[in-house]
Amino acid sequence: MNPYRVMPGPEHFLPPAAASMGIRLPNPGEGHINGVIVPEEKAYEEAARQFLMAKVPTIFPGPLVLWAWNEKAAKKATAIRHLYETLKECVTPQQHAMLIPMPDYRPKYPKINPEIEINPNHPNLTIWHNKIDCCMFVGVHCHQANLSLKIIRGGTSCYTIAMCAQAGHEDAMLSFRDASVEKIMKLAEWVRKLKGTVQVSQVVSKSGSSN
Amino acid sequence: MSKERIKIAPEFFDIMPPEYQDLVNRATYGKEDRGWKDIGSAKELIEEHSLCAGCPESMAFRYILASLPNPEDTVMVGSTGCTSLVFPHVAVHNIHSLFGNQNAIASGLKRALTVRFPGRIKDVVVLAGDGATVDIGLDMTLQAWFRQEKFTTICFDNELYANTGGQESGLMQKGFVAKMAPVGKMFEKVRLPEIARESGCHYVVNCTVSKPSVVEKVIRNAVHVAREIGPTYLQLYTPCILEIGKNSMEGLQEMRDSEKPTERFAYKEYISEPAKQLLAEIAAKEKEKKAAAKEQLAAQA
Repeated sequence: MNPYRVMPGPEHFLPPAAASMGIRLPNPGEGHINGVIVPEEKAYEEAARQFLMAKVPTIFPGPLVLWAWNEKAAKKATAIRHLYETLKECVTPQQHAMLIPMPDYRPKYPKINPEIEINPNHPNLTIWHNKIDCCMFVGVHCHQANLSLKIIRGGTSCYTIAMCAQAGHEDAMLSFRDASVEKIMKLAEWVRKLKGTVQVSQVVSKSGSSN
Repeated sequence: MSKERIKIAPEFFDIMPPEYQDLVNRATYGKEDRGWKDIGSAKELIEEHSLCAGCPESMAFRYILASLPNPEDTVMVGSTGCTSLVFPHVAVHNIHSLFGNQNAIASGLKRALTVRFPGRIKDVVVLAGDGATVDIGLDMTLQAWFRQEKFTTICFDNELYANTGGQESGLMQKGFVAKMAPVGKMFEKVRLPEIARESGCHYVVNCTVSKPSVVEKVIRNAVHVAREIGPTYLQLYTPCILEIGKNSMEGLQEMRDSEKPTERFAYKEYISEPAKQLLAEIAAKEKEKKAAAKEQLAAQA
């Protein structure tokens, strides 16, 4: 039997938690790509490549960085904005980099505005609406990130990256751990380094990132 | 102080949805004299609600949120019911507890907050319906009062289980026929305000929410007394217009009818001696503050 790999979906309505399929979290200094543990350097390169390949590369900052609740959070916010500006500079005019906030985790009804925000209880709406094909979660509490990452894997073909400040996320297709200002800046460096070397994905899907 | 803590990172201010920008810029966090009069002119702490049109509970909820003296440092503990549909839209910390458990959760929470934040005022306010407070959760409600836990319990009394279709509750009035209680209530409405007084509550009020200024006063008093002295209890009549066969526009009149002197929601207040002393001190301080402000204005003129 082939080992389980965390791949872009749509997997099915209720994808299994990657941990229950034997995917383990990286140790310090490591990351994972599709559930395979790799040195962190390789994860930077792959994350930058995925961003540059995507038609709508998007960063989803969560409450831990959106709200300036301590000095560290404020510094991370600056770094994330820098990463976004770098990404915008490095993509071609055919690509559209986005920065969409996840201000809090309340289930929003009757509806959210998917153009301007993402909600962890139905992240697929924002991904479908904006045709996002690669996204990075940063500053989202782990439980909510896992919930979102599973929903995205279940219902869309979006490539997910987790810039996690704790131990990483098995449910993302690529995960960093121990996220810091330095790591976010390093990813921005990698995006700049790979600028112009990556072909934009030609895959056309019927409704954005969903098949 | 409060606005310092509720701050959007400047780098992300432009991408935040407008309701969050408004909340940070124009909500009444940190405003000392906040009250029901801010409703409509300042950013409210309920963005929107999903209750029925004309629901008195939605009015009560707005008045309560507008009257909390310290919303940025308040945690509300709720229980399943119509209010749980509103809590996701409320910009105050809240915990949704298992049905009936709200006073037990609030007890632990209040104690933990006291240990974790010794130098800071942290208020805990329980908000539950009559089923959670008086029937299923009566044990937890009473035990919290016996233990003199320092938080406020608010019961939204609509005199039945409205959310599940109109079953009989302990606070239903005798003889009332509801959709799921067709033979009519056989015994008297439980006299919880009296029980609260005998169980050790220091401030107890039984009233309707027809007058926002009254709601503001009792909320502030209840929170201040709970903070300094011990448990407080408010029983607010918030009729379920659907379950008692009224129209959207009739909720207010229903409350006015029920608060007449001989009716079951005639204003009733009990204040213990230590609470009386505390409230008198607070009133004196406020008076002093107002006098000083008046003098300052006069000097400027």
